[in-house]
Amino acid sequence: MYLYPFTYCAPTTVDEALALLQAHPDGKILAGGQSLIPLMGLGLARPSALIDVNNLPGLEGVVEDGGSLRIGALVRHRTLETDPAVRRRCPILAEAASVIGNIRVRHRGTIGGSLAHADPAAELPLVATAMGATLEIRGPRVSREIGAEKFFLGYLQTDLAPVEMVTGIRVPVVNAGTGCGLAQLVRRAGDFAIVSACALVSLDDAGRCTHAALALGGVGSHPVRIHGAEALLVGRALTDRCIEDAARVVSGELDPESDVHASAAYRRAMARVMARRALAAAAARAAASTAHEEERG
Amino acid sequence: MTVRAEDTGGRRRLEFVLNGRPVEVWVAPHETLLAVLHDALGATEVKYGCGEGVCGTCTTLLDGAPINACLLLGLQAHGRAVTTVRGLRGAEGRHPLQQAFVDHEAAQCGFCTPGMLLVAYVFLRDHPAPTRRQIRAALAGNLCRCTGYTRIVDAVEACAAAPRASREAT
Repeated sequence: MYLYPFTYCAPTTVDEALALLQAHPDGKILAGGQSLIPLMGLGLARPSALIDVNNLPGLEGVVEDGGSLRIGALVRHRTLETDPAVRRRCPILAEAASVIGNIRVRHRGTIGGSLAHADPAAELPLVATAMGATLEIRGPRVSREIGAEKFFLGYLQTDLAPVEMVTGIRVPVVNAGTGCGLAQLVRRAGDFAIVSACALVSLDDAGRCTHAALALGGVGSHPVRIHGAEALLVGRALTDRCIEDAARVVSGELDPESDVHASAAYRRAMARVMARRALAAAAARAAASTAHEEERG
Repeated sequence: MTVRAEDTGGRRRLEFVLNGRPVEVWVAPHETLLAVLHDALGATEVKYGCGEGVCGTCTTLLDGAPINACLLLGLQAHGRAVTTVRGLRGAEGRHPLQQAFVDHEAAQCGFCTPGMLLVAYVFLRDHPAPTRRQIRAALAGNLCRCTGYTRIVDAVEACAAAPRASREAT
C-alpha cells in the first residue's frame, strides 16, 4: 500500500488551518490518520493536500466545565480510555474508547477525527449521539455548535462544510442516579461492530426512569436515536419486562441493509438484543449509583 | 512544525532519533514511517503486513507509545524518538522479553515477532503483574499467521512472572 503524492501542510494555528482548507478545496484534515491513510492507500480517497492539524494549540485536553466535559478534537482514544476525569465523569466514553481498533490505533486516533469521519459503525459517533453531545465547529467566518444527533447525516457524511473543522466536543457528565450501557456485536475484538447500542437512563429516588436515551449503530448510514423506545421507558420502573418492551420497539424502527457481514433480518434481530443489553447495563449502573449516593448521604 | 528545507523533488529533511541514535533522511510527504524505516534506513526488522493498521506487524514506538508505522507519515516523526524491536536489546544483550520468546519457542515464521515484542514490552511496562486474560487482550491487535499464540502468551506470562519470582526468592 503506497500513497499517491499530495501537498503536505502543517499549520500552527487554527486560522492557518482554515485558510489552507479554503485554498485546497479537495484537501483533507489529517488528525490521527487511522481511517484516512488506509482509505488513501486503498485508492478510495485521493485528496490533493493533507492539512496536518497535530501541531495546532487548543485542540487537546479534557476540561470539566459546569455540567459537561469539554474534550479537544485532538484528544486520542487512548486518553479517553485512561483519563481520570473521563473515567469518573463520563465512564461510557472511556469504555467505548477501550474497544476501538487496537492499542496502536487508540494511541493515534482522535475523537474529532472519528466524529468527522462518521463511520456508521464507529463507537464514538454512537456514544456522542446517545449522550446528547455537542460538537464545536470552526469555519472561516463563524464558530458554531451542533448536537451530535443533527451532525451525522449519512454514510461518512456530516453537517461539516468543506471549509470547516471540528475543534472539540462537549459531553454531559454522568451524575448520581444516571447510568450508561454499551453493547456490541463484533466478529473479533477490536473490529467495527456489526450492530451496537448505547443507552443512558436516569432514575429518581423511587427508581422510576426520568430520562432515557437509546442510540443504535451499524444499522443504517449513521447512528440513530430510537425515540419510540425511549418514550416507553420514561415514567416507569426499569424492570426486565419494561426493558424488553422498549427493545422490541427498536427492530420496527430500523431499516438496515444486508452486506457481507450480516443480513438485514439478522441486523434487525441483533439490534433488539444489543438494545436490551445496553439498557439493562445502564439501568443497573443507574440503580447502583443511586444506592451508593444514599449510603454516602 | 517549522518549515524545513525542501529539495527539487519536493522531499524534505526529516530528523529523528532511531533506537537512541539521531538519523537524518530526505523523504517525500507521502512516504509512510514504515517505508522510511524499512526502505530508506534499512530497518528491515519493521515488517510490512497489511498496510491498513490491522495486523500489528509494523508496530513501532513513537516516544514510547505503540503506533502503526504504516499509517504514520514519515514527516510526522520529525523530532521524535522512534523505537523498533532492535531498540529493546540492551548492552547486556537480549531484553528479558526477547529471551522469554526464545526460551518458549514463541516465534514460528517470525514475521509477527517484532510487533508482538514491542506491544508486549509496552504492556508489561504498564502492567507488571498481568493475568493471562489481560495478556491475551493486550496482544489482540497483533495477528500471527502461524497461529502460534499460545507460546507467545506463555512467553509474555513467563517474563512477567520472572522478576517477581526472583524478588520473592531473595
